Amino acid sequence: MKNPTGYIHSIESAGTLEGPGIRRVLFLSGCPLRCLYCHNPDTQKLKYGRFTDAFSELREIAKNRDMLIKMKGGVTLSGGEPLMQPQLVKAIFDGCKRMGLHTALDTSGFLNENADNELLALTDLVLLDIKSFDATEYKKLTGNRLQPTLDFAKRLSEMNKPVWLRYVLVPGYTDNMSAIGELALFAQSLGNVERVEVLPFHKMGEYKWKELGLTYRLYDTPEPDEETVEEARYLFKKAGLNTY
Amino acid sequence: MKTDIKKGTADLPFIQEDTPEYYRTFHPGNWRKEIDIRNFIQLNYTPYEDGTSFLSGASDTTKLLWQQVLNLMAEEQKRGVLDADTEVVSTITSHKPGYIDKELERVVGLQADKPLKRSLMPFGGVRMAQMALESNGFEFSEKTRKAFNTIRKTHNDGVFDAYTEDILKARSSGIITGLPDAYARGRIIGDYRRVALYGIDRLVEDKKDQLDSLNLHSLTEETIRLREEINEQIRSLGELRSMASDYGFDISRPASNATEAVQWLYFGYLAAVKEQNGAAMSFGRVSTFLDVYIRRDLEEGTLTETEAQELIDHLVIKLRMVRFMRPPEYNELFSGDPTWVTEVIGGMGLDGRTLVSKTSFRFLQTLHNLGPAPEPNLTVLWSENLPQAFKDFCVETSIKTSSLQYENDDLMRDYWGDDYGISCCVSAMRIGKQMQFFGARANLTKAMLYAINGGKDEITGEQVAPAFMPVLSDRLTYDELMPKFDNMMEWLATIYMNALNAIHYMHDKYYYERVEMALHDRDVYRTMACGIAGLSVVADSLSASKFADVKIIRDERGLAVDFETTGEFPLFGNDDDRVDEIAQDLVKRFMAKLEKQTVYRDAVPTQSILTITSNVVYGKKTGSTPDGRKIGEPFGPGANPMHGRDQNGAVASMRSIAKLPYKYALDGISYTFSIVPNALGRTEKDQVENLSNLLDGYFAEGGHHVNVNVFNRETLVDAMDHPEKYPQLTVRVSGYAVNFNKLTREQQEDVVTRTFHESC
Repeated sequence: MKNPTGYIHSIESAGTLEGPGIRRVLFLSGCPLRCLYCHNPDTQKLKYGRFTDAFSELREIAKNRDMLIKMKGGVTLSGGEPLMQPQLVKAIFDGCKRMGLHTALDTSGFLNENADNELLALTDLVLLDIKSFDATEYKKLTGNRLQPTLDFAKRLSEMNKPVWLRYVLVPGYTDNMSAIGELALFAQSLGNVERVEVLPFHKMGEYKWKELGLTYRLYDTPEPDEETVEEARYLFKKAGLNTY
Repeated sequence: MKTDIKKGTADLPFIQEDTPEYYRTFHPGNWRKEIDIRNFIQLNYTPYEDGTSFLSGASDTTKLLWQQVLNLMAEEQKRGVLDADTEVVSTITSHKPGYIDKELERVVGLQADKPLKRSLMPFGGVRMAQMALESNGFEFSEKTRKAFNTIRKTHNDGVFDAYTEDILKARSSGIITGLPDAYARGRIIGDYRRVALYGIDRLVEDKKDQLDSLNLHSLTEETIRLREEINEQIRSLGELRSMASDYGFDISRPASNATEAVQWLYFGYLAAVKEQNGAAMSFGRVSTFLDVYIRRDLEEGTLTETEAQELIDHLVIKLRMVRFMRPPEYNELFSGDPTWVTEVIGGMGLDGRTLVSKTSFRFLQTLHNLGPAPEPNLTVLWSENLPQAFKDFCVETSIKTSSLQYENDDLMRDYWGDDYGISCCVSAMRIGKQMQFFGARANLTKAMLYAINGGKDEITGEQVAPAFMPVLSDRLTYDELMPKFDNMMEWLATIYMNALNAIHYMHDKYYYERVEMALHDRDVYRTMACGIAGLSVVADSLSASKFADVKIIRDERGLAVDFETTGEFPLFGNDDDRVDEIAQDLVKRFMAKLEKQTVYRDAVPTQSILTITSNVVYGKKTGSTPDGRKIGEPFGPGANPMHGRDQNGAVASMRSIAKLPYKYALDGISYTFSIVPNALGRTEKDQVENLSNLLDGYFAEGGHHVNVNVFNRETLVDAMDHPEKYPQLTVRVSGYAVNFNKLTREQQEDVVTRTFHESC
């Protein structure tokens, strides 16, 4: 077994939102996207993190193993973008599977190419943050192309890998209902989307931008109202998807 | 035989023929020959594994009655104590019957002649009783005061006759405080179920047999004491019968239906709270016992589900109304008028069947029917094997009301069997077979500072402990500190136990719990329940001395009054063995010192890691510590990590706490856990599942106790300024629940600054 090194920003020992049950969530550093609404800008750069190696992290996971199983949870690798460090992901997931733990990968899918089949074989669930279904909006929002994410989604579909789709609703950016409707149909067509989560944009990460000396450009963007959120959820539900 | 157990004797006429009417259909067993409640429950109860669909809401009668009580409570919150007896000393029969609204009450009986009126209980200490009255705007009857001062010595007088100079010094410096030396010790749970199942006559008969068994050749001091006690017990049972008779009930015989069973049982408890104002007056484990009666009535068609729920609701209303007269100093230690009417629910039997019954659900349902409340202190005995539907209802109730605490049945069953209750917050005891001598707690943080300062108090400079060699260097190192600290703990354990021995000798002598002990076996297992406060402060401080650079700052008296700590060091609450092992060692080390002591009445020493709200008052009296905590700042409550220092989420904190060894803290390890609802999961269903999973995880890891609070910090902040908007806002603090509005501002702030787990 290899012991690759890498950078980890922080750890949450009791994650409840990143997959089933109560999970140990490792936030890996580094992200290729620069989302306008990013609420963890302090994870964007690799070197913001703590230098570590897979075995050290696995030893900590091992201590928590029995409890994680009792809590019907597992381990989620999130970020940042965990696929920035695919070797680390692979090694940690490999260790988790050897210990009988459920694994979840929380990703934007943009680094599709970094996720080889071996890595995906070690992944039980993908939390896919799709961000937008409109290539122009996607570019505006993240500074990058949408296509790799769609390719990733299709690959997962072909492998029949369980997916929880996440969609952050940002007023003025991702609240175009016809685009959401199309995304819903696309998601439905994949056949492996177990759950859709529509997450209202919030500004709780704003202070981190300030701390890092970065300019937060959504300062004037309001949080979406309940009605818009419900409307978006309705579109996913209408497509027959299990939506929250 | 198995089917018999399930059905009882309903279809066995040849057995029924021989059965008194009140025991009809019950399966006979040893309980018919001896006082043996557990045997009765085991042979007659019906486990319930399904969901909540059978439950009833509050009946109109309940709503009307509860509204009247709510109005009284609102009035009390506004005006302070509504009424108090200033002259008549409370006994079981001191007051004529009192009612809230006789027409509406399905369960009757009040401590005095009016609802929420507080009784006069000077036997613990007459000065305390006087202070309590005066600070609440009442005047103590001259006649009664005189009588006590001239002809009736109290517990408090006795204790101070016995205290040594050293104990007095330790007491006033605050290294041991909260001792029950001026009020009743409480913490004893009478087996109130015995009143219902056996009736008074049978119980008296049993006590007389006990007296006969003590007809020995030579009367030793021990036997003399026990004979006197048993005679007192018999007298109290007579008074209990007479009190019930004033309310129009003949409890000399066993209860013959559910309504009577609830009423009989409550009378037993009522007698206890009329006689004793113990800090904790816990209730026991009644739900599945009562379920046997309720089930029989439902089957016989004499009771409906609505009426069954009404009975439990009305019993709980009564338990919510228990009041004692307390002075402000008392409230600093135990604030919010707590009475710790602790009732345990759930758990598993030794035979593997769950002890959850429909009435376990009915008790939880009171929190939905009557709204959240701190009392009775509902305590779920959690086991991995509890029926999932029950687990779900518990956590659902927690999420809605924050009124429950959870304790690890899988851990405790090995020690205490399957008919134990919880006294106060976390102290397990076999019901009717075991009692504890309540010992408050010693301030471990102060002991550490005394070790640094050679036995001098870091605030007053007074030589409180013997003049041991202080730490002389300007840097604090673990290797220099630890042997000195160990010596200081040795001294602390000795003086602490001496104080407790004096207290409990005198309490037995001057304020014996007649009626509670009447509902016990002859020979009870006694524990001396010591405790420590400040565990996480001390663990973090020792960690600092071991892993960081701690510079000692001394004042002109040469006392170490502050510390400058540089460098990182591991903090308790992050699942870091380097410091967690220090905490474990402290627990074992102090327990070992307690075990060396000679203990009054051969009680077995135990300890708790529990502070109630006294973490604030202890902190106030304790100087700055090497971990960075400043003079006067509160400790973490119970076994909690210090506020804000657990940085890796709930599981990491829980794991640190679960590592503390229960074996060396058999009086309980209290952990208070607060979480914002959204951090529990995206949907209500997720939240219920996750909280249930979290409890499974924590307890499987060996955690002993957890208080669960589910709310947003903003709610609390808003409630501080607008209490009227949240009349029933209940918050769980170390080991008990309290109405948030009844806390002092200082304590409210302490609760608000505690760690709230908010997942990313």
